[in-house]
Amino acid sequence: MAHAEPPLRRPPGERARPPVQPGRVLLIAAAMLFLGLFLLLPLLAVFTQALAKGVSAYLAAISDPMAWAAIKLTLWVAAIAVPFNLVFGVAAAWAIAKFEFRGKSTLITLIDLPFAVSPVIAGLMFILLFGAHGWFGGYLREHHIKVVFAVPGIVLATIFVTFPFIARELIPVMQAQGKDDEETALSLGATGWQTFWRVTLPNIRWGLLYGVLLCNARAMGEFGAVSVVSGHIRGLTNTMPLHVEILYNEYNYTAAFAVASLLALLALLTLAGKSFLEWRQPELRRAGSHAQGAGGNARGAGVGNARDRTVREKS
Amino acid sequence: MPRLARRVVPGFGLTLGYTMLYLSLIVLIPLSAVFIRSLGLGSAHFWDVVTAPRVLASLRLSFGASLIAALINVTFGLIVAWVLVRYTFPCKRLVDAMVDLPFALPTAVAGIALTALYAPNGWLGRGLTPLGITVAFTPLGIVVALTFIGLPFVVRTLQPVLEDLDREVEQAAATLGATALQAFVRVILPALWPALLTGFGLAFARAVGEYGSVIFIAGNMPMKSEIAPLLIVTKLEQYDYAGATAIAVVMLVLSFALMLGINALQNWALSRHGAR
Repeated sequence: MAHAEPPLRRPPGERARPPVQPGRVLLIAAAMLFLGLFLLLPLLAVFTQALAKGVSAYLAAISDPMAWAAIKLTLWVAAIAVPFNLVFGVAAAWAIAKFEFRGKSTLITLIDLPFAVSPVIAGLMFILLFGAHGWFGGYLREHHIKVVFAVPGIVLATIFVTFPFIARELIPVMQAQGKDDEETALSLGATGWQTFWRVTLPNIRWGLLYGVLLCNARAMGEFGAVSVVSGHIRGLTNTMPLHVEILYNEYNYTAAFAVASLLALLALLTLAGKSFLEWRQPELRRAGSHAQGAGGNARGAGVGNARDRTVREKS
Repeated sequence: MPRLARRVVPGFGLTLGYTMLYLSLIVLIPLSAVFIRSLGLGSAHFWDVVTAPRVLASLRLSFGASLIAALINVTFGLIVAWVLVRYTFPCKRLVDAMVDLPFALPTAVAGIALTALYAPNGWLGRGLTPLGITVAFTPLGIVVALTFIGLPFVVRTLQPVLEDLDREVEQAAATLGATALQAFVRVILPALWPALLTGFGLAFARAVGEYGSVIFIAGNMPMKSEIAPLLIVTKLEQYDYAGATAIAVVMLVLSFALMLGINALQNWALSRHGAR
């Protein structure tokens, strides 16, 4: 009977499809409507509002000295915070991916902790530590060191908020790579550092860039944590997102959206770079936590693989 | 080299030591400062602060709006992930890349953009206001902002699971006479539960702490549209460190408990449906 009805089975080469898809068009429409409403429209709104009063008003707004000071500070903060988290990310991934030790999964959970903390609380922590009435407040005042309501506080808050990004991306990448390459290099007489620079780093470079990209986007765009510790001193402790807020609250909408459009461009560049890296190395899409997500399963699998590998080596 | 025999790859002590040191300095010590500071309040004072009507209202709003936003994201995130994995359509790669926009777009930018859209004279507000729906400067606006913020989490947790799903099981269900809806509810959905829960938990946790995108659209009226993170900032601006710390501790404990609960639920779902 089955032979009498040819369309039931397709030739093996052809992609199998469910026979009828009554909901297909409806589902695609629903998804596009949702994404259009929540992603595309806000993005369009930023650029149209920024250019609402013409290109010259736009250019004037982003060349304002206060805007420039904010741009420069934002770049500085990211330039300090990202390398700190980069070194940490590499060290943590090395320890977690290359070795077995007790408490490893607890350590991974602790690394993720900043994702579960509100940015506002992140700022509050540093005020409790370094503020006028904080634990180290007296010491800092005696030595005329300003942390809170100054650039060091902004950097610290940014480091906290972006803490897990690079480690989170590198751990699965390094776990997938195992340690065979390193062991070969070492057995051929390379030193530990030579092995790291010449073998490990080239192996993980795409994953590393991926983490840096995501870390940088969040570092430049962080608002809540930085807002709490910054003190909002114009030209001094005002980052770009804070400058957007100030302009907006002064009803200077064109200028606010002009500065915001620069941040939106940064976001689009980040997405483009991210897509490029995922195209270069498709595993990044899955192995990575997507910055803050999806870690659970991928992590479990990764740790499992590492464990299997050691078992194999021991036997 | 006698050490080679035991551990070939070097640097364990250095990297683990540095990891622990950095983790302690940046995360553990600052975070414990919040808890230790709150101990200094005394239990009676602590209780007075966190049970003040304004604080309770803000916590209710933060967790309630986050719950609604996370549920919206579960529903539409499932549809978006499904469409991206199963169907082909023009510009699919671009759409896929755009899903991450809320991760990349600074929250303050999202906040003012959404406010501009939903304000009574905005593109969407103009259409909604005559219908009697006000989004901007109401709790509804908070839900909109939190939906935006949590959008990628559910999509990105579901996508890999959907890609791995064995289609033969669905086809078997169809062969056995199941309708598309039956196959979805009985065959596909059970396999997706753990990922849906993870996505929900991540979106919810992010939404609870969110500040930047919400404060522009919320209106920030005490008792009505004031979220808990904003109340922390307000107390800090009034130099009420004790009050700010107490609210922070409640939020931290609730979020951590929630994440643990969702983790446990996820493990339970995983073991029940015996996913690999």
